[in-house]
Amino acid sequence: MESEQLYHRGYCRNSYNSIASASSDEELLDGAGVIMDFHTTEDDNLLDGDAASPGSNYAMSNGGGAASSSTHLLDFLEEPIPGVGTYDDFHTIDWVREKCKDRERHRKINSKKKESAWEFTKSLYDAWSGWLVVTLTGLASGALAGLIDIAADWMNDLKEGICLSALWFNHEQCCWTSNETTFAERDKCPQWKSWAELILGQAEGPGSYIMNYFMYIYWALSFAFLAVCLVKVFAPYACGSGIPEIKTILSGFIIRGYLGKWTLMIKTITLVLAVASGLSLGKEGPLVHVACCCGNIFSYLFPKYSKNEAKKREVLSAASAAGVSVAFGAPIGGVLFSLEEVSYYFPLKTLWRSFFAALVAAFVLRSINPFGNSRLVLFYVEYHTPWYLFELIPFILLGVFGGLWGAFFIRANIAWCRRRKSTRFGKYPVLEVILVATITAVVAFPNPYTRQNTSELIKELFTDCGPLESSQLCQYRSQMNGSKAFTDNPNRPAGPGVYAAMWQLCLALIFKIIMTIFTFGLKVPSGLFIPSMAIGAIAGRIVGIAVEQLAYYHHDWFLFKEWCEVGADCITPGLYAMVGAAACLGGVTRMTVSLVVIVFELTGGLEYIVPLMAAVMTSKWVGDAFGRKGIYEAHIRLNGYPFLDAKEEFTHTTLARDVMRPRRNDPPLAVLTQDDLTLEELQGVISETSYNGFPVIVSKESQRLVGFALRRDITIAIGNSADQHSGIMLNSRVYFTQHAPTLPADSPRPLKLRSILDMSPFTVTDHTPMEIVVDIFRKLGLRQCLVTHNGRLLGIITKKDILRHMAQMANQDPESIMFN
Amino acid sequence: MNTILPNNITSFGVLVMVVGMLSNTLNFEDVRCKCICPPYRNITGHIYNRNVSQKDCNCLHVVAPLPVPVHDAEAYCLLCECKYEERSSNTIKVTVLIYLSVVGALLLYMLFLLLVEPLIRKRDPHTQPLHNEVDSEEMRPHVDTGLARGNTVLERVEGAQQRWKKQVQEQRKTVFDRHKLLS
Repeated sequence: MESEQLYHRGYCRNSYNSIASASSDEELLDGAGVIMDFHTTEDDNLLDGDAASPGSNYAMSNGGGAASSSTHLLDFLEEPIPGVGTYDDFHTIDWVREKCKDRERHRKINSKKKESAWEFTKSLYDAWSGWLVVTLTGLASGALAGLIDIAADWMNDLKEGICLSALWFNHEQCCWTSNETTFAERDKCPQWKSWAELILGQAEGPGSYIMNYFMYIYWALSFAFLAVCLVKVFAPYACGSGIPEIKTILSGFIIRGYLGKWTLMIKTITLVLAVASGLSLGKEGPLVHVACCCGNIFSYLFPKYSKNEAKKREVLSAASAAGVSVAFGAPIGGVLFSLEEVSYYFPLKTLWRSFFAALVAAFVLRSINPFGNSRLVLFYVEYHTPWYLFELIPFILLGVFGGLWGAFFIRANIAWCRRRKSTRFGKYPVLEVILVATITAVVAFPNPYTRQNTSELIKELFTDCGPLESSQLCQYRSQMNGSKAFTDNPNRPAGPGVYAAMWQLCLALIFKIIMTIFTFGLKVPSGLFIPSMAIGAIAGRIVGIAVEQLAYYHHDWFLFKEWCEVGADCITPGLYAMVGAAACLGGVTRMTVSLVVIVFELTGGLEYIVPLMAAVMTSKWVGDAFGRKGIYEAHIRLNGYPFLDAKEEFTHTTLARDVMRPRRNDPPLAVLTQDDLTLEELQGVISETSYNGFPVIVSKESQRLVGFALRRDITIAIGNSADQHSGIMLNSRVYFTQHAPTLPADSPRPLKLRSILDMSPFTVTDHTPMEIVVDIFRKLGLRQCLVTHNGRLLGIITKKDILRHMAQMANQDPESIMFN
Repeated sequence: MNTILPNNITSFGVLVMVVGMLSNTLNFEDVRCKCICPPYRNITGHIYNRNVSQKDCNCLHVVAPLPVPVHDAEAYCLLCECKYEERSSNTIKVTVLIYLSVVGALLLYMLFLLLVEPLIRKRDPHTQPLHNEVDSEEMRPHVDTGLARGNTVLERVEGAQQRWKKQVQEQRKTVFDRHKLLS
């Protein structure tokens, strides 16, 4: 009998992920020891209970163990209290419990499968619901991304003018069929009217410039104002990038409403407005949030996912892959992004679902064709010029720049956000947005590189100067006359246009760097990818042109002599822009693999993987030298979210005893005894303390552990019993054992709370090194762990305690970890 | 989480897609073949734009009249780059219209909530106005379960709206006043 119970216990544990298999033997041994202990030194009361059903102490009531013995199945059916097993807002989920619950549900469906055709259909539906929900998520996020792309392009051009023949076209689409475009001025056509043309009737001259300037500021301001108002009135959770919060949610935190319908709608709507207002922000991060909202909403259609927080997080992982897939048109990059950056628990099954979701989303976006170029992305480069070994030096320099920029940006942005969080200045979010939008618009308009849409700017910087290009960046002085100069396009001396462009680009670089620091964290949807890429692309293009001119004027240097012959084409400034963009993004987010894949999917530059890798790796090294946290981790830390980072190492030699509560001088641990509390006493314990769970022990004298009961479950169960059984009074006995304790004859009906008791809480001994405890928390996703000494309950360690301890070890303020 | 418009967003997303699919039937002006010809000898660069099918999208068909003598046409055409492109103007039109109407509806609803409703609520002293920014301390979010379920559809909508408003107010406090999240 004993071995059978142990088998069941080990079975349930065994199927958790990582460490369980290694330690199951020890656990069995451990359990056996405890059992012997029980049988030899038991109080009479408990012995009674044990004689009736010996298995009672080892079954899990709320998880897979419930099926372990028939008595427990009955027990489970007896009182399934609604609401037990759910979580409060801002609480952490218990992954182990959720996974056990899912396995139990799965077993139930499987055992019923053979009974009837209907049950069989239900089991099929259940098996397919995972794929269905990611398909729906992919469809919805692709469609929403198409909507956002089209609407944002249109609204962005609304700042300059309007298409008179068809009001819904943006500038490019307006002139799409026009034959009046010329080689030099490709975007001019009579259908497109600038505001000055419409209002003043003249297209040129200082008057019309001022008019256009004014209208630009006016539209930028009204878009930004509308965006922040909508966010404030309808869905405050829609602001920001959303990736730090999604990372935290995926690690097992509950933020109710963060992935809700209103957040989805307002984020979609205001994202367009924010992008169109010309603020230095992008739509990529928020698109991940939008996709996750879709995933969350669709998971409500399937009971498998709506009722289980751990399963829901698998859908959210797939949804974030779909989000990046549509944001960049990079399906594989999206999957890797989900794996590398946002996901916490990422089994192979989720990998395949993410892959599929990314595929569906990319397919939908492609069929909507938002850019009218039959591609998923705006900046697709088509050059295939080779790169040379010596160019790795400037690429690595760009990597260094990217790392420095990333470290600087994170420091400055966090300092600014801390100021916003802690001082009175944070009380005026609307004013702040208006102020930043005004400054951005006023400064951005005079410079053509900042006036245009940031995506357009990146596209222009990525593009190489071929004979077909007519932009200012490509105004080289042509040496040779005739066709030869254009066919092989050698490096040429820069013309006045290029020098002017250099000045403007330098100013644009400074402007973007400053504005991005103040923009990220505004109370509008704001992503970081596009501005970071723009900064990198500008810097890269400047470096590229500098190297190109260097090679032209000093082609007898030994570096250039070998590769750059006179008249040969050896430097591609567009490639430098691409590398710079990747390096800066890498410096800010500290991503590596996913970033390189995203950039090459984005640009189609498959042969430039090595330069990209070199630059991204350098930027990560340089950035990590100044601080190991990427911008998202830094924001998680700033807000004090309970996020246990799997990337961080814990190297201190503290023991579980040093971290657990209660500390030396604290009052003793609040515990419940298994069968000698009255309801009044229980309510007293709950109202006097604010703990989220209570260990249940055999008796105050023995301090032996029985299980763990969550505060929320107890409250729900008490509320439920007050409704249903009239026999329950304040002096009713509350018991967690299998059978009611023997009571005097005149006492009221006792209340049985066994079904809410978790009888397999994780325990460690007080001498366990914290390294191991942290590992257990990370890998199993625990919420709390009990500490024992010689089998007696000593204390408790929660996730929050661990985070506080880690903060303390890193010389940070441990009180900055909020929530629990 | 309940909202006043159930399935609003989900059906909205599907709608966009369906409309997109339906409107994918191309208009005559939704295809173009664009040829960019760089400067050549003393001829300036030029852009040609023609409405032809994909197989005809090459320089010889699109660039007409040729600015060079016939024997030079091939050399000139080698420099030109022709691209066939498709778009769906209906998708763009429908998307922009949907977007604008949603923004308009939200704007109206926002104005209603901010301006009109406080006037109505004034007669009703026991309900809180929307913009009560005072921290009535630590009102936990699960108080809203106590609302009685109405019988008629209107009452239920009203109840759902009240619950939603409380949630938003709670969110607003978390984000803007206490700065617990998202700062």
